[in-house]
Amino acid sequence: MLNIGKFSFASRLFLGTGKYKTAEVQKQAVEASETEVLTFAVRRMNIFDSSQPDPFEDMDLKGYRLLPNTAGAKTAEEAVRIARMADAAGMCDMIKVEVIGCDKTLLPDPVETLKASEQLLKEGFTVLAYTSDDVVLARKLQELGIHAIMPGASPIGTGLGIVNPYNLAHIIEQAVVPVIVDAGIGSPKDASYAMELGADGVLLNTAVAGADQPVKMAEAMKLAVQAGKLGHEAGRTEKKFYAQASSPTEGMSQL
Amino acid sequence: MKLTINGEEQQIPETVESVEQLLAHFNVAHKKSVVEKNGEILTKPEQKESLLNENDRLEIVHFVGGG
Repeated sequence: MLNIGKFSFASRLFLGTGKYKTAEVQKQAVEASETEVLTFAVRRMNIFDSSQPDPFEDMDLKGYRLLPNTAGAKTAEEAVRIARMADAAGMCDMIKVEVIGCDKTLLPDPVETLKASEQLLKEGFTVLAYTSDDVVLARKLQELGIHAIMPGASPIGTGLGIVNPYNLAHIIEQAVVPVIVDAGIGSPKDASYAMELGADGVLLNTAVAGADQPVKMAEAMKLAVQAGKLGHEAGRTEKKFYAQASSPTEGMSQL
Repeated sequence: MKLTINGEEQQIPETVESVEQLLAHFNVAHKKSVVEKNGEILTKPEQKESLLNENDRLEIVHFVGGG
């Protein structure tokens, strides 16, 4: 089981709800992924278009823990405000602190992330912070008492996979709270790799929503996370420079 | 009555007196939303009691897909 704050999860795959072609595809993908945690965003409502679809209208959210993000925030203050709003609507079991500091890379602002996390922890939120793969920042976040660290594999939406497995391995090694690899996962291979490195879970969105067949990809990601986790527990074989025959070298039948 | 809603000035009929009535006026009362009035988040019961005044600033937000 994956434990984050007071919550326990059998599934280690967290799924975002952005960019699906239709609400029906999203619903089916969520089901196929067997996720227990859904991420979404808070935005101004278009009050002049009451027919605007609600992406969660047809979904029974009872079976899920809700992890709204603070995306769009550029300061700690803005992130805290978004978290409070989500909480006021009863749509916030846990909060994903996401404070972007660079428009090109969408990399998080470490200072504001730290500040927002500190404030939200004080207010009693279950806080998961989206960070870069900075080892020291991850340590400082967990010293604050954060409930989970979410280092990015690579920038949001790029699908580049894990660009710095070295840093990620260090974050995982020093972690005293769960590490959920978030952002940049492109394929099942990436999700599996994150888990093999010892991550406790993976959060992804575009990798599923942007696949040719999102529902099939959702299932693939579920299996990849499970495979990676099992592989990590099993302990991989050593890497060697020279070949070693798998079959016995003695007892060969002679011509 | 002049209000600023989601950053834009709007003229609202005087018959709309509370935040709850404002949501009904725009036909969005049934939707899951959060309302902030002059920087203060309002709970559902507060939306009923909270009366609108000239130049109030309101933010009406909802939940959308995201990762």
